[in-house]
Amino acid sequence: MENLLPIAIGILIACGSYLCMRRNLVRVLLGIMLFSQAANLLIFTAAGLSSGQPPIIAPDKLTIAGPHADPLPQALVLTAIVIGFAVLAFAIALVLRAYHKTGSDDLDTFRRSDS
Amino acid sequence: MDFQPIALPIALPLLAVGLLLCLRRAGEPVRHAINILSCVAQAVVAVILYLRVSADGVQALRSGSWPAPFGITLVADLFSAVMVLVTAVIGLGSALYAAGYGTGKFRGYFAPLYQALLLGVNGSFLTGDLFNLYVWFEVMLMSSFVLVALPGGRPQFEAAVKYLTLNFIASAFFLVGLGVLYGMTGTLNMADLSVKIAALGDNGLILSSAVLFLVAFGIKAGVFPFYFWLPSSYHVTPTPVAALFAGLLTKVGVYACARVFTLVYGGQQEFLAPLLLAIGVLTMITGVFGAASQFFIPRILSFHIISQIGYMIIGIGFFTRAALAATVFYVVHHILVKANLFLIGGVIGRRTGSQELSMTGGLYKKAPWLAILFLIPAMSLGGIPPLSGFFAKFVLVREGLAIGQGWVIAAALAVGLLTLYSMVKIWNEAFWKDAPLGDRQPDRKVPFLMLAPCVALAACTITFGIFPGVFLDVADRAAAQLTDPTAYIEAVLPSSPPSPAEP
Repeated sequence: MENLLPIAIGILIACGSYLCMRRNLVRVLLGIMLFSQAANLLIFTAAGLSSGQPPIIAPDKLTIAGPHADPLPQALVLTAIVIGFAVLAFAIALVLRAYHKTGSDDLDTFRRSDS
Repeated sequence: MDFQPIALPIALPLLAVGLLLCLRRAGEPVRHAINILSCVAQAVVAVILYLRVSADGVQALRSGSWPAPFGITLVADLFSAVMVLVTAVIGLGSALYAAGYGTGKFRGYFAPLYQALLLGVNGSFLTGDLFNLYVWFEVMLMSSFVLVALPGGRPQFEAAVKYLTLNFIASAFFLVGLGVLYGMTGTLNMADLSVKIAALGDNGLILSSAVLFLVAFGIKAGVFPFYFWLPSSYHVTPTPVAALFAGLLTKVGVYACARVFTLVYGGQQEFLAPLLLAIGVLTMITGVFGAASQFFIPRILSFHIISQIGYMIIGIGFFTRAALAATVFYVVHHILVKANLFLIGGVIGRRTGSQELSMTGGLYKKAPWLAILFLIPAMSLGGIPPLSGFFAKFVLVREGLAIGQGWVIAAALAVGLLTLYSMVKIWNEAFWKDAPLGDRQPDRKVPFLMLAPCVALAACTITFGIFPGVFLDVADRAAAQLTDPTAYIEAVLPSSPPSPAEP
């Protein structure tokens, strides 16, 4: 897994960057979606992967013995997913309204606020 | 449990958001009154917090009594306290202005979003945890996205799409940097990071996380080459919102740069300094040239935000105590002056019916007092003594020459001259030339509530100019805490851990 996940993250970031640079707004949305997922996976991977080692302290001990999975990055990723989800939901609604207002989903026609 | 002023700048706006959402049907005057009252309360709390920090040194609050570095710590050093204070002042000014300006387009959601924005900004200034900083950034950005989009015209939607996309990517960069840093150190508490990174020494991954943060904060601060979202989104918002954005949002990015690159990456300055200086110079130059080609007042001012951000980044890039003091002073001066210029631009627009320079004119004859009111922040932005901008630039230039960065200073002075050119352009077009429509030029009345904040902020600018010593002294003490983070680390991570909650 340690070797596979970085490759997956790389592919996600590459696809995300490519989609972000398209003119079609829906593609841009998909691009930032992939981008934020890649970021979440990266936090997860960078903090170290381990399986079958829950961070539970034995009833008669005060500290944990031996290697264990780090729960903090999972909490961080969870927070980041929730925030990303909220922003993305807003972004989709915004793009829909922008499409209704401008009649176009082509970013090249979004020039009115630039001149 | 003794009185903790440090949590109140976060708790008060949060309370106001809840209250305002419940009172959405209560009518606009009531909502504006609550909005203003909440800002007044924040200002009072900010003053108390500032006095406490100034007298007793760095304050830290462990939320939920979890000891650092495990829980989220709120920290207020002098820089944070000053920023919270300025935020409250600008918040109050814009809230008063908004009450006079009218916010019907926001369908009752203006005041809660406004308080949510202040909540995010205050949180960013007070947190001592990098991941928590990300969360506050998102609180701030989310409310600003809605504030841009809600008035609901075509330009607003287009601007909101651009603004959202670039800031979303910035957040992703921030997260990637956090992931790398956590993987290296196993902590995200800034004081703890400072200690651990110093122990790790130079390391490729540490430097790459620093660059990721530079990109993330750079997009939010609007530095070259990431500033494109700024001049295409700020000018479509109603004036009180634009003033708040112009004053605060980019400065949160600058604050994050100053905090992270002095505290967390204190040992990586040899690598960061040339990068920051190059970015700062390019930001100043591109911003000021962008402004020179514009003829719509909010767009001119938007480009000037970018060019002024360059000065602050340069101050961070020098990494000396005097230069950081200049940055602190510059940030405060710029927040007051730039928000005021946006507000006065709105007054010009209200009187003459447009903020497009070709449609304005003749105001000097009709309202000489407005002309003088405009000249105070405009000349301050250009760096004319004895106003606040002169002392901000003077300290930066003196320090730059002292450490032998002549070319940076030459660029800074040239940009100052071009800034003056843009301000004189607004002056000529809006005040000096004859009204383009002659007698048919509209001349509407401006409500008192829109003028009062402009006068008050201009008075602040003059006070800064008359008593620069007092304010420079505060900035110098804040910079001392930035250059020597021992007090900050000691406040967050006491050598002897505090006993858990008293019985």
